[in-house]
Amino acid sequence: MKPFKPVLLEAVGVPDGHTIASYKSRGGYAPLEKVLAEKQPADVVEMVKSSGLRGRGGAGFSTGLKWTFLPKDHPGPIYLCVNADESEPGTFNNRILMEDDPHQVIEGIILSSYATRASTAYIYLRYEYPRSWHRLQGAIDEAYAAGYLGKNIRGSNFSLDIYLHRGAAAYICGEETGLIESLEGKRAWPRIKPPFPAIEGLFRKPTVVNNVETMACVAQIARRGVEWFKSIGVPADPNNPRDPGSYGPKLYCLSGHVEKPGCYEAPLGITARELIDGFGGGVWKGRKAKAVIPGGISMGLMTESELDTPLDFAGPGKVGCLGLGTAAVVVIDDHTSIVDFLHNSCRFFAHESCGQCTPCREGTSWSLRMLERIKAGKGRLKDLDILLEIGQTMGMMPGSTICGLADGAAWPIKNAIKKFRGEFEDYIRRTNPSGWMVTDPVPALQIVGAH
Amino acid sequence: MISKPKILSDEMVAKIEALAPRYPNRRALTLPALHIVNAELRHVPLEAVVEIAEVLGLAPAEVQDTLTFYQFFHQEKPHGKVRAFVCRSVSCALRGGDHLLEHLCHAHGIQPYGTTPDGELTIEPAECLGACDFAPCILANDDLLENMTPEAAEAELKKPRARAT
Ligand SMILES: Cc1cc2nc3c(=O)[nH]c(=O)nc-3n(C[C@H](O)[C@H](O)[C@H](O)COP(=O)(O)O)c2cc1C
Ligand code: SF4
Ligand code: FES
Repeated sequence: MKPFKPVLLEAVGVPDGHTIASYKSRGGYAPLEKVLAEKQPADVVEMVKSSGLRGRGGAGFSTGLKWTFLPKDHPGPIYLCVNADESEPGTFNNRILMEDDPHQVIEGIILSSYATRASTAYIYLRYEYPRSWHRLQGAIDEAYAAGYLGKNIRGSNFSLDIYLHRGAAAYICGEETGLIESLEGKRAWPRIKPPFPAIEGLFRKPTVVNNVETMACVAQIARRGVEWFKSIGVPADPNNPRDPGSYGPKLYCLSGHVEKPGCYEAPLGITARELIDGFGGGVWKGRKAKAVIPGGISMGLMTESELDTPLDFAGPGKVGCLGLGTAAVVVIDDHTSIVDFLHNSCRFFAHESCGQCTPCREGTSWSLRMLERIKAGKGRLKDLDILLEIGQTMGMMPGSTICGLADGAAWPIKNAIKKFRGEFEDYIRRTNPSGWMVTDPVPALQIVGAH
Repeated sequence: MISKPKILSDEMVAKIEALAPRYPNRRALTLPALHIVNAELRHVPLEAVVEIAEVLGLAPAEVQDTLTFYQFFHQEKPHGKVRAFVCRSVSCALRGGDHLLEHLCHAHGIQPYGTTPDGELTIEPAECLGACDFAPCILANDDLLENMTPEAAEAELKKPRARAT
């Protein structure tokens, strides 16, 4: 593993690194001044497009390309929504960026707003980040005072306001159209697409939704250049014209059963094993990994033998996972029951389904009730097939739901049962010696309370 | 006719109005308004929902619909002066999150989502708090309690804390 000097995390550990003075001393806001003085919005779009930057929020869509979907010559307003809802289990890099280097995020937002001609940017911040709230508001105030926000910024004729908008503890507000509905004051029911937000988004106006880390990358591309960004990561596969490559540094969140949980910056494409051993100090207590989540719980599971998979945008898919997701790596040691893991996952998605699509609403709660039943010693082998059937039929991919939450609920089910079927079967046989083979329908079990 | 006492204070209404220029319509003020009321009253009773709707020019049902979707705003009675969200998602669960929740509820003699009889503390299970590097963790008002053991958490939750904003 080649040593890599953190860029996105350069302010971590720097005294008062969150202040504008510190940010400017590290080279911040000079790129913005240069862009406003010398470049047109289209130049900034082109810069981000040619950098190969792909969104860091989970889907990995090309950021520059997304911006070009906005209508040309629109009279406005155009909105930028910065997605700071960060609620994918295992993920916390946006929090660290907002707390330790909020100006990096804000400079990225100003540059992105200039590129997209947005005049208002809303940061949709999850409620559970009070520290981020204070740090961001402090930084926004400093940026206004320094003339980087407000009317006619640096005499450029470009005006921008940034507002913080606080969520209320719902995972679905991270889905971009759920976020938009929530911002509009409604229940966060994701919208059917198309129309995509670029055409009809917030308040029915053209809108771009981008993740916090994506914004930080934009600031660094403006500071260090396209060539610098493209020199990091995994180049596009020349044999696959549809692979746009995985360029740039990435913030990997490492948690679960590791010695040193934390947020680590590395070039895209580091393997899970390098991350766990090189940064995380190995699996805790000298144990072995049983399974590893590659990018937030929605992405499914890798087995120990799959840990040499590179964590770039294409890697996890090659071992049957949903994708890179948020690059949140969660280690599960060999003392942990995979049944417990899947129960935890199903509980999360049953709780967080917004309820508007029947396959997701029913599929997530049914799978939770089945896992409750299995854990209560009443599982049958047939339940595993039913769970797989639920996993294969709910989601945008099979075409039965409006948003990707259901795909994220399905993936841990499919991966866990396919990759650890033997453990599930042993558990069911052992805990339900008289009923494991039954195939008749069984009455549903009441959800078991905490006591 | 004597008008009913108002639940929304002039100050709360002023805070809501101060945010109005940020949005092109008043419906977008719904969540901010609910937060402003909740920060003061620690719950948002139905009467407050009706008054918020009046201030925003909405049907009460529209505000109530949004409120109930989030399951974040208590409606029947105020949550405790300290509201503790105990994470139960995967990274915390792997390091004892479920046990932590059970221990705290038992120690304080309440069910999850319950409030102690003296109104000091509410304990609520939460999904990933975005602090998995400090698992298992608790968000108590504005304070993140990191790497909690059951004993440490029990002691922490007995302390008074600044009210959540
Ligand atoms: C259920 C669900 C939850 C999501 N949560 C988040 C989130 O918390 N933060 C985020 O940036 N993107 C989240 N996304 C992805 C967004 O829909 C969207 O793709 C992203 O914000 C775009 O930003 P990017 O292109 O900069 O990545 C979520 C998607 C789904 C389906
Ligand atoms: S897939 Fe699930 S979360 Fe997404 S819109 Fe449908 S019901 Fe809601
Ligand atoms: S799983 Fe508990 S903070 Fe993320």
